[in-house]
Amino acid sequence: MATDNLLAILAMAAVTYATRAGGFWLAGRLRPTPLLAAWLGQLPGAVFAALVAPMVVAAGPAGWAAAAAGFALMRWTGRFVLAMLGGLAAYVGLAPLLGP
Amino acid sequence: MSTATVVRFTSAGALAGARAVLPILPGTVAFGLVYGLLAGEKGLSAVQVAFTSALVFAGAAQLLALELWRDPVPLLAVASTVLIVNLRHLMMGPALLPWLQGLPPTHAYGSLFFMADESWAVSVAELRRGGRDAAFLFGAGSCLWLVWIAAGLAGRLAGDISTAVDAGGLRYLTVAFFVALLAGLWRGRGDLLPWLLAGGVAILAHSSLPGTWHIVLGALAGSLAGAARERHGHG
Repeated sequence: MATDNLLAILAMAAVTYATRAGGFWLAGRLRPTPLLAAWLGQLPGAVFAALVAPMVVAAGPAGWAAAAAGFALMRWTGRFVLAMLGGLAAYVGLAPLLGP
Repeated sequence: MSTATVVRFTSAGALAGARAVLPILPGTVAFGLVYGLLAGEKGLSAVQVAFTSALVFAGAAQLLALELWRDPVPLLAVASTVLIVNLRHLMMGPALLPWLQGLPPTHAYGSLFFMADESWAVSVAELRRGGRDAAFLFGAGSCLWLVWIAAGLAGRLAGDISTAVDAGGLRYLTVAFFVALLAGLWRGRGDLLPWLLAGGVAILAHSSLPGTWHIVLGALAGSLAGAARERHGHG
């Protein structure tokens, strides 16, 4: 059991690090073209949107409203902590009304 | 890419990175406590829990691996599940290229070990703001890393704390954190279409595909569409 567990943990670590380092390793070896530059510029926002959208959808109506509030707060004030806490407060306030 | 920007790697940068992830730490603690608790139920010792969190440092993957954990451990199933959950990292590394490419390989590949969703997110925001200190990623990531290990260990050693950390507000903290960061990345109307496409594809794929394939597919769809339009539409 012990060696078994250790092997599994090491395999998990190796596989995870490969994904962390692999994208950078590969991108650094591609020939720089204008399209690649444009793609890399678009990538952060797109990864973010793909990461966040299902999370927000899963959070239910209160989560949707709170996400809109947090997003708007960030756009208007540019203050990150304020936007995060505002979104959180909106969720806590709205969850009993709209359902979590 | 040949963006000839000078990149620094200083302790001040690392400190700034650590400060940037402070607001999310309560969420990391809660997640870590749950992980430690469940790991204990699956028969992992405290040492094994700390060892896993230190070496793997990927919350969602570690939790999912626990679901498969039995005696003997199905090595292939565990490893491939972890791989699928972490595929999103492949898309995250290239976004930090302007920093990582300016570093010696030891610093770049060392920093990448600490690239989790949260440390990547604050780093991208810092990069967009014009930050040129690449130690930011290391600082943010190592701060999360220490808290993640400590929280997992605490959860393993503590009793039943699952009800204490299941408060709805705490669960939403992560969502609020990512939404605020996403809003900070907004560059203008041109972002709308790629983002809607990325989010829409991710939502659709989320229900039918395992792991983080939905993030990979959504990110590819949105970024490629945005890049194609940038090149052909608006020149």
